[in-house]
Amino acid sequence: MKRDDLSRRDLLAGSGLFVFFPVEPLAAFQEPARLPSRQGYPTDFNAYLRIGADGRVTCLVGKVELGQGAKTSLAQLLAEELDVALEAVDMVMGDTDVCPWDMGTFGSLSIRQFGPVLRGAGAEARAVLLQLAAEHLQAPAGRLQVKAGVVSDPSAQGKRVTYAQLVQGKRIERRLEKVPVKPVSAFTVVGRSPRRKDALEKVTGRARYAGDMGLPGTLHARILRPPAHGATLKDVDTSAAEKVPGARVVRDGDLIAVLHERPDLADRALELIKVKAQFVAPQPTVDDKTIFDHLLKAAPPGRVVAESGSLPEGEKLAATIVEETYLNSYVAHAPMETHSAVAMIEDGKVTVWAGTQTPFPVKQQVAQALGLAPEKVRVVTPYVGGGFGGKSASRQAIEAARLAKITGKPVQVVFDRSEEFFYDTFRPAAVVKIRAGLTGAGKMILWDYAVYCAGDREAKQFYDIPHQRTLSAGGWSGGSTPGLHPFAVGPWRAPSVNTNTFARESHIDILATKVGADPVEFRLSHLTDKRMRRVLEAAAKQFGWKPARTPSGRGVGVACAIYLGTYVATMAEVAVAKSTGRVEVKRVVCAQDEGVIVNPDGSRQQIEGSITMGLGYALTEEVRFKDGEVLERNFDTYELPRFSWLPKIETVLVENPEVPAQGCGEPPIVTMGAVVANAIYDAVGARLLQLPMTPARIQEAVKRG
Amino acid sequence: MQRTISFTLNGKPARVTVDDERMLLWVLRYDLGLTGTKFGCGAGLCGACTVIVGQEAVRSCSTPVKDVAGKQVLTIEGLSQQGRLHPIQEAFLKHHAFQCGYCTSGMILNAYALLLKTARPSRAEIIRHMDDHLCRCGSHVRIVEAIQEAAGARQGGAR
Repeated sequence: MKRDDLSRRDLLAGSGLFVFFPVEPLAAFQEPARLPSRQGYPTDFNAYLRIGADGRVTCLVGKVELGQGAKTSLAQLLAEELDVALEAVDMVMGDTDVCPWDMGTFGSLSIRQFGPVLRGAGAEARAVLLQLAAEHLQAPAGRLQVKAGVVSDPSAQGKRVTYAQLVQGKRIERRLEKVPVKPVSAFTVVGRSPRRKDALEKVTGRARYAGDMGLPGTLHARILRPPAHGATLKDVDTSAAEKVPGARVVRDGDLIAVLHERPDLADRALELIKVKAQFVAPQPTVDDKTIFDHLLKAAPPGRVVAESGSLPEGEKLAATIVEETYLNSYVAHAPMETHSAVAMIEDGKVTVWAGTQTPFPVKQQVAQALGLAPEKVRVVTPYVGGGFGGKSASRQAIEAARLAKITGKPVQVVFDRSEEFFYDTFRPAAVVKIRAGLTGAGKMILWDYAVYCAGDREAKQFYDIPHQRTLSAGGWSGGSTPGLHPFAVGPWRAPSVNTNTFARESHIDILATKVGADPVEFRLSHLTDKRMRRVLEAAAKQFGWKPARTPSGRGVGVACAIYLGTYVATMAEVAVAKSTGRVEVKRVVCAQDEGVIVNPDGSRQQIEGSITMGLGYALTEEVRFKDGEVLERNFDTYELPRFSWLPKIETVLVENPEVPAQGCGEPPIVTMGAVVANAIYDAVGARLLQLPMTPARIQEAVKRG
Repeated sequence: MQRTISFTLNGKPARVTVDDERMLLWVLRYDLGLTGTKFGCGAGLCGACTVIVGQEAVRSCSTPVKDVAGKQVLTIEGLSQQGRLHPIQEAFLKHHAFQCGYCTSGMILNAYALLLKTARPSRAEIIRHMDDHLCRCGSHVRIVEAIQEAAGARQGGAR
């Protein structure tokens, strides 16, 4: 369905007809398709840190804690540069009134992009404090030592002053330019794995999420939702709900909500509205089977992402051509915490506690929705119960704010699981077409790659192939092409790269099989990139990879990827039951080079998490839908990875102190589709070209042979 | 039906006068202010809302409060005693057996129920017992390790 049609119908229908747009105008507030290399962060170091009279250091960052451990790793960076004890650092994250601006927590940027900013602030503050100490102690700054926030003069016993004494709880006014950060070799806090700063709160249930804010008198809002994207509300009778004692019904444009001090009673009142709501079904559009043809037809024109050599030349030199089409379905973020927010208005100022990855953009959105100046809006981000890209869009925060304004009371909006699936900004369904050529000597000579609707991030391949071109048509960032997707799509952990890696690494394996080469040796013979060779060799060593032609019947596979500066090689061992199509992933080895490692245990956690989560999109996760109706509404049909799926996971952190710290929360997940597909092929000789690799698809591939 | 329900909550007597069909999850969170118990799916499919009733792990999102009348209810808030973490909490903390933390209360309490019945569960028993608890961050590996360690610690402590 085209959005234009809907708008027209909305105008024609007149009052009483509410239209639910199939695609929300969220794109502008999500992770951008191309990540900016530098951000407009404040230059004054006071924006990032405060030293209290008690000696405790408050670190202020616009990033949020989604579970990825930024609360700890960012504190490590500041403690390192400032020379204070990690335990003395208190983190304040994602509060738009007190924290410095940030675009959002996504793209594995907290360490890679924001890390240098925070380190710079810490280093400058330390240098200023050292100067102040030199004046205070009447000793040359060069002679002074700093440890845990205490400056001392080693040549004069007892001559010491603390940061707290120097600052006296005030803002530091002095500035210094071009203060260098510490060299990696001098790190004492970075590179360690301290206890996570959120650990105690999370194991005791004291960690608070947006839905836990519990202001007195809070009304719980339940909102009437359409049965399908594109459905229009024809008629509704809210009178029965209005009679529920304590319930309040609100109608404000497209927003029909019932509010109650008790969430269960709000729910019951909403049921009374639901049975009296008549919707006009959307026009038939696409479903999860027809979507791929639709995407190929409706995708915008392709754009050349990378090109070298000449495709006609490659065609000429190729002795064998291998062509395939790879598909992947829509996938949900499905964080355990659904989208949650509480909004309160006091003296004309709105405060919204929101489970969001983008507090600063949400502030703008709330201001816009309420017609307020941005300074009249404060977004506070408590702990977020998982994001994975899905909480870049934060519709619930705007709804809570609108309802708080209308009712004059604090309002909580917590999506139920059905709403969470319905309004999710899914990872887009996508198609990749690859035409590759091999010389008579078994070398890759041609690579003609086109990705539709996944996005171009890391679409360019990194093997040595003389004649190659990479095309990308359409991206994952929201409604850039109206009518392309039947609902909102958006960034999903390592956006576009799961799709691109599945296709590329599957195809490389097919080519290796074609020439009768071992998949690891085939890769190495086309790799000059030293970092990639190192991670691949490290993974092979840990895995105990023994070269063989595929399919070898052993069920082992490999896949490599680069994600925004981080290098990954993953190997897996699977067992496939041919009769049922069931796969057991028995073992996964992942080697990663993320540059300087800020927190080794945190990195391992992210790798383990990526591998486990990645099993889902590899094996079961796909959003079924028809004509704008999302058929997945809870975990009974949408199957997430479980304990019983657990492979033995081994992580290898490949040290690389020469490269600054890169992201580590997303890279390993991108290899999971291909590594499992390649291992399945090695086990049973059946090539899976579509994700997820469900038992039915595996059985089908086995039959096809 | 609105009525007064009495039960023992984290070792102390509790009385609420509520619709007795209200789910225990909402009573805990909004009548009693104990927010450590989380809403995840509302259908007993994810385990985020797990609490202990008697000796069993139950899904509080699907348990009407009338079902706990006269019973012992334990939530995450009641697990540590006199400021000392329970060995399962200690093990989750040591192994960093969580990321976002949203499923953690339910995971810990379900593990608690397992160890009540089986002091020294095998890895396979742990996996079987935990299998209908969901974690999206992928902390499973560490959760299993933490439960194994807690079981060992408990055993050691009893000797």
